[in-house]
Amino acid sequence: MSKFNPDNAKKSVPDITTASLPDIMFMLLFFFMVSTTLRENELKITTQIPFATEITKLEKKSLVSYIYVGSPRREYQTKMGTESRIQLDDNFATVNDIRGYIAGEWEKRDEADRPKMTVSLKADEKTKMGIITEIKTELRKAEALKINYSAKRKFVNTRSN
Amino acid sequence: MSRKKRKFPEVPSASLADIAFLLIIFFIVSTTMDVDTGIYRLLPQWVDNVEAPKINKRNTFVVLINKNNDLAINGEFAQVSDIKDRLKEFIMNPNDNPNLSEKKEEVIEGIGPFMRSQGIVSLQNDRGTDYGAYMDVQNEIVRGINELRDEFASQRFGMKMSKLTETQQEAVKKAFPTAISEAEPQEIK
Repeated sequence: MSKFNPDNAKKSVPDITTASLPDIMFMLLFFFMVSTTLRENELKITTQIPFATEITKLEKKSLVSYIYVGSPRREYQTKMGTESRIQLDDNFATVNDIRGYIAGEWEKRDEADRPKMTVSLKADEKTKMGIITEIKTELRKAEALKINYSAKRKFVNTRSN
Repeated sequence: MSRKKRKFPEVPSASLADIAFLLIIFFIVSTTMDVDTGIYRLLPQWVDNVEAPKINKRNTFVVLINKNNDLAINGEFAQVSDIKDRLKEFIMNPNDNPNLSEKKEEVIEGIGPFMRSQGIVSLQNDRGTDYGAYMDVQNEIVRGINELRDEFASQRFGMKMSKLTETQQEAVKKAFPTAISEAEPQEIK
């Protein structure tokens, strides 16, 4: 080849070294491992979480149990209808299942962590309060008193203060 | 050539990047990045056949949401944006208005004698109220209380609530507790 183009052969660009590529990849990998959490549940319902300004971060995810409330996804609507439903873990549930679920979650935690257990209520904006109140009553009966109404941050332009 | 001198062939590291890349893709797919946030609330303990405690009418701040998500404060129509200021006025009661909350002197650790309001927010809703509307009201109530705490903290300690030490925060929280009572939902006209 150089026979035909002697000039080019002298100037040919050396290969970019790929020796550091694994290191870059590992850096990215560690970033993702640290900054993300495993998906908890496959949602069978859709929840449009309400917005709020006075929110706090949920601290220890391992101490949080989730109750989802919302209308079923389209593929389940033929069976479950469009009314708001409760989802615990991966399945549809009724209000009566909550006490058993809380007891199970209670069992899973270490004894020292149990008082700090929190129930996060992820409910759709359009859900009626009737079902929410029933859930709250069940939670009170199950003595899971620390709850968190899940909400997303609402950005307000002017905060009076 | 003796056995000892034989060199071990180097492990090829060309595929290391690909392995790491595969792992990255696995983590991207199986994890979520969103941070969970929300409003914390402590539910009252369940007691069978509880008798409603007698609370002076002036000490209750009744917020009512009906099934059309209309709002009433102490029986009059109101907007969600009114709640915060009405609540602050109700709790602070600067002119000792006999229609607003009563204040009693209490000794709070870290603050000393303090005229603490005996006011309680009573939040009532219908079974048909939207959860979103209920959360809006909850949020406004919490916002009112947070602003009261902030104002008091900067008056007393010269700093915002979030900059105080934990014991100071506890004291301010005792001075302005989140006193919300939620009645069982009723049919509200």
